[in-house]
Amino acid sequence: MTLGAFLLLFVGWQLWWTDVVADADAEEVVTAMEVVWDDPDSPEAQALIKDKKIPQEAWGLVRIPRFGLKYAKPLYEGTDRATLRRGVGHYTGTVMPGEIGNFSMAGHRTTYGKPFNKIHTLKKGDYVIIETQESYFVYQITEHEIVLPSENAVIAPVPDEKGVEPTEAMMTMTSCHPEFSSRQRYVQHGVFVTELPRIKGGNPDLNPYLEVAE
Amino acid sequence: MRLSFYGLIWRLLPGPKWLKAIEALALIAAIVWALFTFVFPVIADYMPFNDVTIDE
Repeated sequence: MTLGAFLLLFVGWQLWWTDVVADADAEEVVTAMEVVWDDPDSPEAQALIKDKKIPQEAWGLVRIPRFGLKYAKPLYEGTDRATLRRGVGHYTGTVMPGEIGNFSMAGHRTTYGKPFNKIHTLKKGDYVIIETQESYFVYQITEHEIVLPSENAVIAPVPDEKGVEPTEAMMTMTSCHPEFSSRQRYVQHGVFVTELPRIKGGNPDLNPYLEVAE
Repeated sequence: MRLSFYGLIWRLLPGPKWLKAIEALALIAAIVWALFTFVFPVIADYMPFNDVTIDE
């Protein structure tokens, strides 16, 4: 009975509590980023900076209109476990958004706030927006694939073509597959569309990219 | 009489029955909190379903 209760508690913790904690944490970081980016000199922003509400490793926001207009997850540098428990992680060693090469990120599909829970619902042509203090970087989904965890060519500068010199700005997202397993990886690739300046209150030029095709 | 593990704890809790019940609940809450905070995060690191990255 003790073991049963222990296992049940663990499952409950993993499937529910990690989401509660990670969601609350992510929301706090996202809100802090928005306030600070909007007006770094405001007393509110200064207080957030003073309280270190934006972790040092967090440098961006991931917005995916297909997942809802309110969807915003903090983007961190690095893909170690502790980082991915807090949001989406940028593979260090892959380029930054908008640059020639393959900007790649990883996120949980289940548990820990599951930022990439619906990665399989992204369709060709969907937009993925990386927001930073200065810019919105817009990418458009081109294709998906399911690979083994060892197939790291998916995050190569030219996706799936190791050793080839890149000429295009690409993007890759990885998560686990099937859900609740880590046997494989669900991968989405995209191509860079445009960079728009970030404006407080929203850049109207971004609006076309916030729309979701049926 | 042979006492179970839980029976022993029940007997060791001081006070009348109603107080014992409150103490038992507090004990359970403390154990759950310790598991959630310290034990489960460590176990989770060894669980296979938490990997989402490509081997670099």
